[in-house]
Amino acid sequence: MLPLCISHGDLVKLFVIALLATTALAVASLFVGVSEISFFALLSGESNEKMLLVLGESRIPRTAALILAGAGMAVAGTIMQLLSRNRFVEPSTAGTVESASLGMLAVLLLAPDLPVMMKMLVAALFALAGTALFLGILRRVPLRSPVLVPLVGLMLGGVINACTTFFAYRYDLMQAMGAWTSGDFSAVLRGRYEVLWLALALTAAAYFAADRFTVAGMGKDFSTNLGLDYRKVVALGLLIVSMVTASVVVTAGILPFIGLIVPNLVSMAMGDRLRHTLPWVALSGAVLVLLCDTIGRVINAPYEIPVGSMLGIIGSIFFLSMLLRRRSRAA
Amino acid sequence: MIEFSGVTKVYGSTTVVDDVTAQLPKGGITSIIGPNGAGKSTLLSMIARLIPCDRGTVLVDGLDVARTSGETLARRLSILRQDNHMTARLTVHDLVAFGRYPYSRGRITADDQAHIGRALGYLGLNDLGDRFLDELSGGQRQRAFVAMVLCQDTDYMLFDEPLNNLDIRHAVGMMKLLGNAARDFGKTVVVVLHDVNFASCYSNHIIVMRDGKLFLQGSPREIIRSETLEQTYGCPFEVQELGGNRIAVYYT
Ligand SMILES: Nc1ncnc2c1ncn2[C@@H]1O[C@H](COP(=O)(O)OP(=O)(O)OP(=O)(O)O)[C@@H](O)[C@H]1O
Ligand SMILES: [Mg+2]
Repeated sequence: MLPLCISHGDLVKLFVIALLATTALAVASLFVGVSEISFFALLSGESNEKMLLVLGESRIPRTAALILAGAGMAVAGTIMQLLSRNRFVEPSTAGTVESASLGMLAVLLLAPDLPVMMKMLVAALFALAGTALFLGILRRVPLRSPVLVPLVGLMLGGVINACTTFFAYRYDLMQAMGAWTSGDFSAVLRGRYEVLWLALALTAAAYFAADRFTVAGMGKDFSTNLGLDYRKVVALGLLIVSMVTASVVVTAGILPFIGLIVPNLVSMAMGDRLRHTLPWVALSGAVLVLLCDTIGRVINAPYEIPVGSMLGIIGSIFFLSMLLRRRSRAA
Repeated sequence: MIEFSGVTKVYGSTTVVDDVTAQLPKGGITSIIGPNGAGKSTLLSMIARLIPCDRGTVLVDGLDVARTSGETLARRLSILRQDNHMTARLTVHDLVAFGRYPYSRGRITADDQAHIGRALGYLGLNDLGDRFLDELSGGQRQRAFVAMVLCQDTDYMLFDEPLNNLDIRHAVGMMKLLGNAARDFGKTVVVVLHDVNFASCYSNHIIVMRDGKLFLQGSPREIIRSETLEQTYGCPFEVQELGGNRIAVYYT
């Protein structure tokens, strides 16, 4: 927890420092990989054409994609937790991700030649429907324990996933599906990740609506009392969450648990006043994904461990410890 | 003035608020009393458009709450419900600041700042401004919610059991504060109370609900009498005149 004596000005300074550190990390990540690229060779002008090609076509896009996806998923998780008023909810525990991936399969089956942007929109539509279904279930089935909420989401995700797998088997698309069900940035190349900039635009939109999301997070009655159209804010939130999720699933695949880990840590440290915390959420999301990806590239070189797997491990440990902490507090 | 006529709420086959009609004059404190489940909270929520009426209309200064835009109403009428579970993690200061949301939409002006400071001061929360709500005691949290509603500075303020969780000193302080708001600032305050003696000492008008119906209404002098209270709550009361107020004794 941050000491309370930290003033707003100090917090801004701290943020700038964190931003610089992230940039350094991002630059460092450019030089990690199978084909050797040396920072000093680049600086001294001794770089060869191959290096520049790898850098421009693969490394820079990859790092950019990691940052955009990480920031976007973390912000999406924050919005979902406020709107569902539950700390355990994020796109991969609410059926959002699974619906997006069902959407991807539908595109692959019915219109495989669609441009990436259209694929993303179809996936977003599926994600929107899936998440709305999840929230609808929550409204209709009042759950006594907040822990049950993500379980409902995981079950819903499981059912949707089963449908996806069924069709993928039938039409022999299991292998193609593998590409986006495990979050993996090794295939990110120039020209194949740009849809993620849309995620950035949506994250910025979320920042402009930050106060509205915070008020909505206080609940429907508080929102109504303060003159906020609760349903509109929920709709806006759902739109942002599904578009961000879909653009990440389309380009890199599923990145589980960022939307759970980052928002919870930031909320514990600084609360939920999104106008103040959202930049930290975005930055921490980017850092977490960058770190996982870089470690995944180094730990077992020359092979890579996909970010999705790294996040899966870290995230499930975090999720479990959250559950256990709750139980020990309730006991 | 708040006028409601024929206001009704039905859940399944039970009518929990049954054709209630009344007018609450502008200015002063109106208390709503009655046993558990009488429909007090439901009535208050319908007045504040938190739940829709199944029948009947509610007018606030002539505006139909079901039709008027939420933004307009939020600058005229505010409500604090009986139970407030807040999952969003906010500091006391930020919560109170959101009381200005209907005016500033999040961009706090110097005028808003002054309102926030006053509201915190009124409820003795100056030292707790930086604390998170989930780090407060029940009574401190209740005061923070009331401060937020005061900060909203509307002509009409509705509170459902605002004395919940408060100790005796803070409960008296709260009623005095609401009394001042009504007297000095011309606010119209509607409170649901369980302590009939607070209702007796501080209200200008009392409404008694029983079984979803408006059972009685009148001045404290008319309502706080042993027969009416016994009929309302179904247990024995002894009412005495003490220091110019009518005090009900019902502990034994
Ligand atoms: N959402 C709901 N669904 C079904 N019944 C409800 C609902 N809300 C309230 N009720 C019922 O309506 C009746 C009136 O409830 P209300 O909360 O208005 O009572 P109250 O007078 O405020 O009681 P208390 O003094 O206990 O706060 C109760 O019998 C309650 O069980
Ligand atoms: Mg009640």
